[in-house]
Formats: sequence, structure tokens, C-alpha cells
Amino acid sequence: MSKKLFALALSLSMVMTMLLAGCTSQQAQTSNPPAENSKSGSEASQPVENNNGGDAKGRVYWLNFKPESDGALLEVAKMYTEETGVPVKIVTAASGTYSQQLNAEMGKSEAPTIFVVGNSAGVRDWTDYALDLTGTPIANELNTDAYNLYDENGKLVSIGYCYECYGIIVNADLVQKAGHSMDEIKNFDTLKTVVEDIHARAGELGFDAFTSCDMDGSSNWRFVGHMANLEYYYEQEGETWTECPPTLTGKYMDNFKNLYDLCINNSLTDPKDLSVGGHDAAEEFKAGKAAFTVQGSWEFSNYKDSVPNAAMIPYYCGVAGEEKAGLNCGTENCWAINSKVSAEDQQATMDFMVWCVTDPEASRILVDSFGIMPYKNSAESTNGFLANAAEYTANGCYVMNWATNFQPNVDEYRAALTSALNAYNADQSEANWENVRVAFVDGWAAQYNAVNG
Amino acid sequence: MNRKKITRGNTIRRSTRKWFPLFLGPVVAAFIIGFVWPFIQGIYLSFCQFKLIADAKPIGLGNYIRAFRDAAFTHAFWYTALFTVVSMVLINVLAFTVAYILTQNIKGSNLFRTVFFMPNLIGGIVLGHIWSMIFDGILGKFGTSIVMDSKYGFWGLIILMCWQQIGYMMIIYIAGLQAVPEDMLEAARIDGATKSQALFKVTIPNVMPSITICMFLSLTNGFKLFDQNLALTNGHPIITQSGGVSIKTTEMLALNIFTTYNNSSPNAHGTAQAKAVIFFILVAGLGLAQLAYTRKKEVQQ
Repeated sequence: MSKKLFALALSLSMVMTMLLAGCTSQQAQTSNPPAENSKSGSEASQPVENNNGGDAKGRVYWLNFKPESDGALLEVAKMYTEETGVPVKIVTAASGTYSQQLNAEMGKSEAPTIFVVGNSAGVRDWTDYALDLTGTPIANELNTDAYNLYDENGKLVSIGYCYECYGIIVNADLVQKAGHSMDEIKNFDTLKTVVEDIHARAGELGFDAFTSCDMDGSSNWRFVGHMANLEYYYEQEGETWTECPPTLTGKYMDNFKNLYDLCINNSLTDPKDLSVGGHDAAEEFKAGKAAFTVQGSWEFSNYKDSVPNAAMIPYYCGVAGEEKAGLNCGTENCWAINSKVSAEDQQATMDFMVWCVTDPEASRILVDSFGIMPYKNSAESTNGFLANAAEYTANGCYVMNWATNFQPNVDEYRAALTSALNAYNADQSEANWENVRVAFVDGWAAQYNAVNG
Repeated sequence: MNRKKITRGNTIRRSTRKWFPLFLGPVVAAFIIGFVWPFIQGIYLSFCQFKLIADAKPIGLGNYIRAFRDAAFTHAFWYTALFTVVSMVLINVLAFTVAYILTQNIKGSNLFRTVFFMPNLIGGIVLGHIWSMIFDGILGKFGTSIVMDSKYGFWGLIILMCWQQIGYMMIIYIAGLQAVPEDMLEAARIDGATKSQALFKVTIPNVMPSITICMFLSLTNGFKLFDQNLALTNGHPIITQSGGVSIKTTEMLALNIFTTYNNSSPNAHGTAQAKAVIFFILVAGLGLAQLAYTRKKEVQQ
């Protein structure tokens, strides 16, 4: 008897599982979990009010790749659904998993209608799935063509929805406290003097020069992604790359080394301990433990309360004429519209995008999260670091474009470079720097071949 | 009486014949949807170039050629093989030893069994992160870390796997040891066998079925290892050779397939798929060979 009962229970549970599995897959499309603000991987779709009612309106599904903007996007999506009834679904890929998620989502029947194509490799991969945006309402709202991405046939694959800048962020108050002034820092030599002086007197001053330069996954991109840009930028010799060059010369490696050495050897953390990570550079900077940190404009809202007099200065690295250098400005935030979804969904998506850049309230929220949106009618930026960037440009300094976006097979390239830098940090010998150079220069060519060969 | 039984048997048989699709159907359907079809599709895709599965273009053997030419893949294969052999031997020897000790009627052996089994209940990614903190805490004292030297990565992973798997294999060995007939051991004792003779001539031949299972499990576990590898070192340290080609020194096969899939090359998905098929053939072949070999050593009671 008990055996029979057991068997019955088992078979019942099997049937239940199958039923449940059926239910959940249906539910996933229309579910409406409470708006989550978790940093990554959260998902929320707005209630569908008149989904299949009289006027079919299409849907909007934005696969977002900036975890830090997740909250702002959900807020805007909710506003839009309340105003128009069009469902807007925002899915944010966890940090570093955007391309995996894009691969998976694009294969589904309810594929994203907006996705992000932020660099030349992305354009090549996804141009077949992107609508030509030339002359569309959203393209007509732009006030510059500088952040648009075209494929080799001149098709407008994606358009920038915001741009950012990065460089060295300085706590001006601390620099003053150490007996220096911001005006002193004009090039690498003057930067070095100030930094080394602060580091030497760190015990007496109560703060150090640079924040920790961790090389774990949460922080290594500040160096292998952003700081590496100075080498690529100068290697362009005044031109701008329009596609990934097959090889690098490494002509400006010494300049990269200048600034990199300055950072790791004058910071709160011994270079030997950087491979492990676990130091929170942002917290160190906000707590006033260090006067310099390598970061970007997206940190402005995070820093502005604790460090009111923060300013961003260029990557000074010992290149001739760098007194005229500006900040690194560019973007990886470019909208593409999925060409494989229905015309209705494309239209709904286009309407949503135009609304995002024209509605005063929505664009205010987005601008506060993103920085600057390059559109005629969007809200003004309040970002102090982007204001610094504009100041440099107004003073006739050159803008350093984001040549780093061309890094071939970017995750693998950066991982190899990180590993070489780890070895160098532990033992700053010539031989170890040579390995860094090989990973930086030869690694570029090898990854280029791996991708294009 | 007799006649009635036969009729009843026939009725059952007849209704079985009639109704078996209803009972078998769901399982077969689930098996086909969840295993057979994806498997066939996977093999097909390994001969294709594709970005999304929906628009795969057959390209012949190109993916397999690329897979075999990939130095990182060959490195990952040998590294995985070495790791599997070392971990298989260590896990089984230690698990058997622990099981043997815990069947010697020592006090609190039930508590020990539970405690030793518990690590197996923690997920691989979590374990990897916990152990990387432990290793880095120790290695940090010497100014280094687990991602700095491939030796640390290798032995770190071995320690992690032993810690996780020994408890599980121990349970299987305990069950095997308890099934060894007491009278055989007694007979051996009476015949004057020493303790080690009794262990190697009586106990081990009798627990051979457990050894077969445990060897099979630890062999395939070693080959298929992924989460722990990803969380502990993620392939670091990476050596960039003078041509610029980089080798992730502690990357195992499954992780190599994963990273290949997420490359930005147009052939990345197909190549990863081809690697996955090769990987399947390897694991299945090795597993079956090992089963056949240890089966031969089993004794019938």
C-alpha cells in the first residue's frame, strides 16, 4: 500500500512539475515583478493594459548594458507606460555579461527591440539585425554626428544616446592641503612632482596620492581599458581610427608606463597586493584617503557630496605638447533598433526613443544618470566632470577620442594584459615590462587575427 | 485458482500493451525535448557558422579544424587530463581511507559522516570564491596570490575539489564497506590473515563496484569541471607568447569552450560548438573505458 502511495505521489509530482514548467514559461512573458533596484540582472516589465485591445501599439524591450543606470531606466519606463499604455520592458545585463545576454535574447521570439551596439566590433556582428537609422525621427533629434556608428556600407547602425569622459579625478581640497595648487599641474612632470610629494608625506598629511589600483575584475578596466587609451590615442598621430588596425606599434608604451607606474607606486596599496583586489577605490576617494583616482564622468553623482571640489584632469603621461591635452571623451552607449521585430514594435520603439530625448522630465532623469545626451531638446547636463571636458575643449585643448573601443576580442585581450600587469606589479623588472608590452602590442595583433582570420 | 491467476495476468498484460504510451509518453517526450533533440542540433551546429541558432549556415569541417589548431584548446586538454588524474587518485584514496576509518566503530562516526558530506552541498561558484579568499589570505602573507602562479591555481583547485568531493565518495564507500560479508572477514581472520591482507585480499575486491562508481564519478567530474575553475582563477595567470597568442595556464576544457563561445569572432559560436562535441566524445569515451576496466576487477559474491 505504502509503495503504491509513494508511486502515486511521485507521478503526481512529475505531472505537477510539467504543468508548472508550462505555466512559468508563459508567466515569464507577462509577469510584473515589483520594480527591483538590484544593481545587475534585474528585470521588470510594465503591466500590459490593453495589450491586444482595439489599438495594437507594439512593445518596447530595451536590453540595457549599464547596470548603474538600471534604476533610472526602470523609472522612465514606468512613466512612459503610464502616459501611453505601451509596455516597456527593461532588462539589464549583469556587469560584463552583456554580449552573452544579447546572444541569448536575440534568438528569442520576444527579442529586444532596442539593444546597444557600442563599438566597431559590435557593428560588424550586429549590422544584419539593426535598422538603418538614417533620416529617422530619432536621428533628426541629434545635435551631433560624432557618436554615431556606421557599417562599411554607410548604414547608420546605432546612434549615441549619451557620451562620457574619463581621466584622472583630483580632490582639489586635498591638493591644496598638501601645499600645492591645481594650476601647478600642467603636464606629466608637474603631476609627478605633486603626486610624489603627497605620497612621501602621506603619513604626515593623513592621505595618500592615488587610490588603490586593484587589478581584479571590478577595477582592472580602469587601466587595461581606459588608461590604455592614451597609448592608442597618441598612436593615431592626429588621425582617428575608423576601424580596428591589425597591428600596433607600441610607440607610446613608455608614456603608458610613466602614468601607470606613477599610479601604482604612489597609492594606498602596495603594488604586490593589487592582483587580489578587495580595496574599494571609490570609497577611499570619497573618504578623503587619497587625492587622485583614475575614473570617469559616470562617478560624478557618486562623488559630488563627499568631494565637492573634485575636478577631472587629462592623462598626463609625458608626451610632447600634452599641456594642450583634454579629457577622453566618447561613448559605448549607442542605440540600435532590432530590424527583425515587427514594424509595429519598431515604431513603438522609435516613439519611445524620441520621447526619451525630448520629454523634459524623462530626459532629466536620463541625463542625471548618463551624463550628456547629444540631442537638441534633451535636458542640460549637471555633470561637473563633463563640464571640465567642455572647458578643456573651449580652451583649445584636443579631445582624446575613445580609441580603446577598437580593442579586438576585448575580454580576452584585456585578460591577458591584466595578467601581465599582475606579474609586473609584483616585480617591476624590465623583463616583466617586456611581457606587458608583448601582451599590449603583439596581443592586439593576435586577437585581431583570431577575430578576423 | 490457477486458471484465474493466468487470466488476471493476461488482463494486466493486455492493458499494459494498450496503455503503455500514456505512461511512457511524458518521459520519452521530456527526454527527446530536453536531451535528444538539443544533442542532434548541437552536432549539426558544430558544422555551421552562426550568430543566432535561427540563422546557421553549414560550412563543413572548418570549425573542427579551427578547434584542433587552437593552442589554448590543446593546452586546456592536457591541463584537464593532468588535473583529472591527480584529483581522481587523491579523492578516491582519501575518500576510501576516511570511509574505512569511519566503519571501524569509532565514537561519533555518524557526526563525522555528516560533517564530511556537507561541503558537497555548496554550489561550485560559491566554493570557488570562498576558497579564493582563503588562498589569497594565506598567499597574501607572502606577497602573492592565486592568480600569480599556475602552480597555485592547480593545487588550489585540487584542494578545493578534494574538499568538496571526498565526503560524497566517502558515503558510497561506506555503503560498499558495510556490504562486505562479515563471515568472509571472519574466515580470513581465522585463516591467519593480517589486517592489511584482509583489507587488500578481501575487503577491496568486495567493494570493487563502489570503486567503479566513484572512479567514474570523479573522472567525469574532473573533466567536466567548470564553475570552480571559473570562480577560482578564471584561467589566470595568462602567458602571452612572443607572437602575441595568449594561453590561459589554468583554463580547463569546459571553461575554454565557454570563453571561445563568447569571443567576438564570427566563427566563435561554431568553433565552441565543435569543441563541445569533441569534449563530449572525450568524456564519454574515457568514462566507458574506465568502466570497462574496473568492471573486470569486480568479484561476484
